[in-house]
Amino acid sequence: AALKDGLRSQVSAALKEGRVTPTELCQRCLALIKSTKFLNAYITVAEETALKQAEESEERYKRGQPLGVLDGIPVAVKDNFNTAGIETTCASNMLKGYISPYNATVVQKLLDQGAVLLGKTNLDEFAMGSGSTDGVFGPVRNPWSYSKQYKEKSVPKSHSEDEESNWVITGGSSGGSAAAVSSFTCFAALGSDTGGSTRNPAAHCGVVGLKPTYGLISRHGLIPLVNSMDVPGILTRCVDDAAVLLGSLAGHDPKDSTTVQDDFTPFELPDLSDVSKLSIGIPKEYHAPGLSSEILALWSKAADLFKNAGAKVVEVSLPHTRYSIVCYHVLCTAEVASNMARFDGLEYGHRSDMKDSTEGMYAATRREGFNDVVRGRILSGNYFLLKQNYEKYFVKAQKVRRLIANDFVKVFRSGVDILLTPTTLSDAAPYTEFIQEDNRTRSAQDDILTQAANMAGLPAINVPTALSERGLPVGLQFIGRSFQEKQLLTVAKWFEKQVQFPVIQLEEVKRHDSGVFQHQKFASFS
Amino acid sequence: LAPWIPVVGLEIHAQISSNSKLFSGSQVQFAAPPNSLVSFFDASLPGTLPVLNRRCVEAAVMTGLALNCSINKKSLFDRKHYFYADLPAGYQITQQRVPIAVNGRLSYSLCIDNKMSQMVTKTVRIKQIQLEQDSGKSLHDDTRSQTLVDLNRAGVGLMEVVMEPDMCCGEEAAAAVRELQLILQTLGSSQAVMAEGQLRVDANVSVHHPGEPYGVRTEVKNINSIRFLAKAVDYEIQRQIEELENGGIILNETRAFDSKLGCTVPMRDKEGKQDYRFMPEPNLPPLILYDAKSLPANMNHQQVINIDWIHERLPDLPSVKREKLVEQYGILPEHSFTLLSEDGLAEFFESVVKQTQMKPKKVIGWILNDLLSYLKEHSLTVKESPVSSFLLADLLNLLEKKEISSTAAKQVLAELWKGEGKTPLEIVKEQKLELLQDQKELEQICQAVIDGQENE
Repeated sequence: AALKDGLRSQVSAALKEGRVTPTELCQRCLALIKSTKFLNAYITVAEETALKQAEESEERYKRGQPLGVLDGIPVAVKDNFNTAGIETTCASNMLKGYISPYNATVVQKLLDQGAVLLGKTNLDEFAMGSGSTDGVFGPVRNPWSYSKQYKEKSVPKSHSEDEESNWVITGGSSGGSAAAVSSFTCFAALGSDTGGSTRNPAAHCGVVGLKPTYGLISRHGLIPLVNSMDVPGILTRCVDDAAVLLGSLAGHDPKDSTTVQDDFTPFELPDLSDVSKLSIGIPKEYHAPGLSSEILALWSKAADLFKNAGAKVVEVSLPHTRYSIVCYHVLCTAEVASNMARFDGLEYGHRSDMKDSTEGMYAATRREGFNDVVRGRILSGNYFLLKQNYEKYFVKAQKVRRLIANDFVKVFRSGVDILLTPTTLSDAAPYTEFIQEDNRTRSAQDDILTQAANMAGLPAINVPTALSERGLPVGLQFIGRSFQEKQLLTVAKWFEKQVQFPVIQLEEVKRHDSGVFQHQKFASFS
Repeated sequence: LAPWIPVVGLEIHAQISSNSKLFSGSQVQFAAPPNSLVSFFDASLPGTLPVLNRRCVEAAVMTGLALNCSINKKSLFDRKHYFYADLPAGYQITQQRVPIAVNGRLSYSLCIDNKMSQMVTKTVRIKQIQLEQDSGKSLHDDTRSQTLVDLNRAGVGLMEVVMEPDMCCGEEAAAAVRELQLILQTLGSSQAVMAEGQLRVDANVSVHHPGEPYGVRTEVKNINSIRFLAKAVDYEIQRQIEELENGGIILNETRAFDSKLGCTVPMRDKEGKQDYRFMPEPNLPPLILYDAKSLPANMNHQQVINIDWIHERLPDLPSVKREKLVEQYGILPEHSFTLLSEDGLAEFFESVVKQTQMKPKKVIGWILNDLLSYLKEHSLTVKESPVSSFLLADLLNLLEKKEISSTAAKQVLAELWKGEGKTPLEIVKEQKLELLQDQKELEQICQAVIDGQENE
């Protein structure tokens, strides 16, 4: 029997039945966070408040009045979501020590349902990057670097070489959240997804990463990268759990004018047995340059899986895919330049000691507060927004964006229900190799398979599929129709059941385990 | 020397009269303690988002309709970027591409030759009205080399009203602004008090010879009253003419009006050729307004604004009110202007008319000459008048019934100003101001006077 059997109410059931208490759960997670500190997944661990929340949850369970499935469940939140009273840094010097006075809507919703907030996870600075390597608190290490599966497959080149230099990246920018879920230190985590930042690390860390439809989940309190593409992302160990999280987070927020007004009804995922009515589209353009033969083979195998189960599998075309990188670059940097304008050191955050003039103070503050990646994007963005360039670049890119979005509309209109694509070009790279190229280059390469969904605002999900030859996770991506998360997740769940992705074998987890984590029942909570 | 044609356009920022700000729920209030009316959004805390204030949109629609504009059923919001201490986000949310109202006109009246007896009506085209955020305030403390920033005003809703360069001098500009002020106050969309910064006017001024293209224009800022507006505009016109006649050139610059010296001076540190890097505001969907025709059947009433509904409920604008006053009471047009120019004066007048038999044409004299000049002398508003409409009507009745002379009436009025609570009749009796109607009694008095004279 596998972890992802899709049985509901596993940890939740255990909590309800008193087989484990919220405090125990919380303490175990906190202990595991401590012993996996080398992963650098967490920037802030909110031990005191977490234990207090666990205590309160315990009271509710004792009274027989839990708030819901999430009551007492330890979760982690990417450090670009505002959390009242807990530092929010965006992994940047600009916000080191910044304590926000308010909770992001999604954070508030989790807390309102009794979830236990363990801490804030690490990321690329201001969510700019695809490796979680460019934050001021250092890179995040992929837990699979320390897995039995990876170690077995890696051949040490010399005696002096050890795990230390061989470790692989998590992908990004929500690497901390992905690592936290992957290493069992929490049951679910929030990430953000602008060009793939939830799905990419999910694929590399072997967890489920859901990017919801734009406008479904509130962005109020999510420090923006690209307002017109950002969404809060959900990272869990199985698809059912992602559905639970989605149910607790989705819905109109009056504080976010870009959320849709329509009512959202949380759903439970059916156990799909018959896929014969399904039409799966395979976009040929996603056979991108640089796609590893391994992943190509897996993708093909997956398509066959559907075909053999009776689904209709067709090749489709999204012809403007190849323009999406450039288009994204223009639109992303333009919005970044605008969004970062508020960081002037006056109202909050880092302020330089330079006192010669206001402008001097601004310039020094921003130079000291932002890393090169952020500053590079600001400069590019301002360039594209100059009056003489606006039509040529920004407006042009908006038009191309429309074309990209229309590609999907056409395909879905032709009868295709879900698209199946790879999530990443290869399995996770070793850190030493990854940093050979700069952030911009890496982002441009790694975003190609995930970004178009952000352009079009569509929901997409990474489902861990198999281990690579190096013993590292590889995931595949499903892209669905706008607001059709139920269908998307139902198909994803069916696929998850078919592939039976293996559980990570981590020493640290085993050590802490007194049945809580490795025991299959408790790996997922729903 | 060839004649000069001065050309004056205006950019007017009117603060919207609303409980809360344009995109956030913090309160709008004048002269509150610094930084006490600042929401997270106003302070530009990261992760906060703008939420459009319905009342502000309604205010802009009302104003657009009153100024005969076309209301754009779809308008857009944009970000205008520049760095300044009183602009926390580093950009202002405004409407640059498609504003809420366009192509209107405003009629205003001027007296010819300073006499109230002849008025002429002029029109100025309204280019557009746009919704935008106000900035905070920064105070420069040069002695301590610091700048103090107060964000109370940051994010308050503004309507920017752009008037085309159809005006020719300070007087026209002043009259146009005065009329706009009255309209805004009548609508309630802005209290438009210049002294409290609720109405700010920048003037664009240029001169050219007839038949030639428009000259280079300068922008004049820092104008704090309607009176100073006229002065500033006229000064700038003169300055430009003198400069050009002396062979100089006019720079496309921003100048500040110095009210003490009565002149305009170049403003240091103001933008110059700034590129604002306009970008659509991604957090606000297009603003869609409906009218009776386009309103979908099952739309939630709370969620939409119906332009026609607002139109039906517009109050009488000043021009209409004036016409009605002239028609109803037979007063002169100039009188109606003065009545409307003082808050509450028209109501006072109408109240007196109701309570007296004296004809309105006669009452108006007492209102505009006696009452108004007294109020002006003592810097009182109509509301603060020690003489109520009841008392004045009472007095005028005595005069109308010929129980006192008009000289006596003025005397009684002077006494009434003291506000000691005496009625006109009491004062008349006290000061023995009754008109004698009895023929015989009069004869006796005259005889007595003549007799008295003979004795001297």
